[in-house]
Amino acid sequence: MQRRRLLLQIGFAAVLLSLLALLINNLAVNLIRTGLGVSFSWLQRPAGFALAEHVLPYSPSDSYAWALAVGWFNSLKVILAGLVLSTLLGVGAGAARSSGNRLLRNLAGAYVALIRQVPLLLQLLFWYFVAFLGLPNTPAAGLIHFSNQGIRLLGLPLSVEFCSVLTGLTVFTGASIAEIVRGGINSVPRGQWEAYRSLGLADGLGLRRIVLPQALPAILPALTSQYLNLAKNSTLAIAVGYADLYAVSDTTITQTGRAIEGFLLLLLSFLLLNLLISGGMAAFNGAVLGRLRSSR
Amino acid sequence: MTIAIRATDLVKSYTPGLRALDRVSLKVTSGEVLVVMGPSGSGKSTLIRTFNGLETLDGGKLDVLGVRLDAAHEERQVRAIRKRVGMVFQQFNLFPHLSIVDNISLAPIKVQKRSKAEADQRAIELLDQMGIREQARKYPAQLSGGQQQRVAIARALALDPEVMLFDEPTSALDPERVKEVLDAMRQLAQGGMTMVVVTHEIGFAREVADRVMFMDQGQVVETSEPQAFFSNAREERSRKFLNQLLD
Repeated sequence: MQRRRLLLQIGFAAVLLSLLALLINNLAVNLIRTGLGVSFSWLQRPAGFALAEHVLPYSPSDSYAWALAVGWFNSLKVILAGLVLSTLLGVGAGAARSSGNRLLRNLAGAYVALIRQVPLLLQLLFWYFVAFLGLPNTPAAGLIHFSNQGIRLLGLPLSVEFCSVLTGLTVFTGASIAEIVRGGINSVPRGQWEAYRSLGLADGLGLRRIVLPQALPAILPALTSQYLNLAKNSTLAIAVGYADLYAVSDTTITQTGRAIEGFLLLLLSFLLLNLLISGGMAAFNGAVLGRLRSSR
Repeated sequence: MTIAIRATDLVKSYTPGLRALDRVSLKVTSGEVLVVMGPSGSGKSTLIRTFNGLETLDGGKLDVLGVRLDAAHEERQVRAIRKRVGMVFQQFNLFPHLSIVDNISLAPIKVQKRSKAEADQRAIELLDQMGIREQARKYPAQLSGGQQQRVAIARALALDPEVMLFDEPTSALDPERVKEVLDAMRQLAQGGMTMVVVTHEIGFAREVADRVMFMDQGQVVETSEPQAFFSNAREERSRKFLNQLLD
């Protein structure tokens, strides 16, 4: 029995390795045929294209490498903002779904139902073309200002493209987080509600201090997946013209013809980004579970 | 003598046509210990849970410490009553993620706006009174059932309630742990606390109760002094129940 399992393992590994060899061979043959070697020297050449918005200083005479870095930071900007806002929205909607207030409960239920039925790409296009580009073009004034030329929040200027991607990702991911939070809240025994209520504590306080801390172990693993989904879904930004990493990579590949290297960099960048997110969440999860264990 | 709880014709129904409470009327005077007995499903837990608004009523009049708690009540009134009525549950319902001290001091800090130092000190005093001072820094899961239930009593007492409700406080305990909880309750009764206790503990009822109320199928069958109830119950249904309990 032991030997048969070992043979099966070796057989499986052999199949995988030969598939991989086939792919690498195919790649090498194609590269030789087109006369292109794998090279990264083009990264130093000037990019020549403009980027509508950038966190870091950028001009078209900067290198492709710098353009990609600017794209990476644009991605990071919308992802981090999305993580924070979708968490707030998701926890709020999830708590509302188990609230005693019928109107609030039904509103949150309708939100989750509607958002989960519609593809994210359609939602992004809706936010861009209908919601934000549909705003009137009024001259900037005041601390908070909305126009189809851009949004200004407390003096901070935000592009219409950024706002569309951020709103789309937040609303879409918030619906999934709401379901996860609701499930976590439902996993806490009813006796805990009765206990805090019998002590005269208000529901908001009871939720924050008693219920949510106990729901966290059930919430966190699924929440991590949603965070990773948000980061990956941010590549749909290209549909509304936001200069995220994928959009910049796409332009770069078109101009240089370096598809293999371009995609390799893209894959590595997202790997790095998602490793950061899952690493951070794993540490948080560990801290929560550790505190729980010390109470056992 | 002031009336702590006055209930008139209370009605509660979970499923149409089936009454968990069927025109229940009773009076509890200040300083009195009322023990409620009855078979499971007789409505006794439902009844005492209406006294702090954990259950809403479908009909009848309920007055707790001078505040109306019947069908017409408002959320704010319920919260005001909960600060003055303590409750102890069958399953303890301690907060597992908070230390024993924090379990007790949370409500005084948040509800009565006491300082943390003051609330913690009061918590330690109450634990001392319950004979488990040394458990203060532990977490609920590290305590035995009897100790947890005594923490739950301390937690309810921390708000200085005028009435204490006990919902089968010893039913989830190992037999050898029952006495320590009953002793704490006995001590409380001797201190003059108004108590409504749902329990099957005949010894406790006989010794501590001022009156015993027997319920069946959502109705009050009889209310008597403990001596009379246990030696010579008026109603056939009460006698049948007591015989089953003693077998």
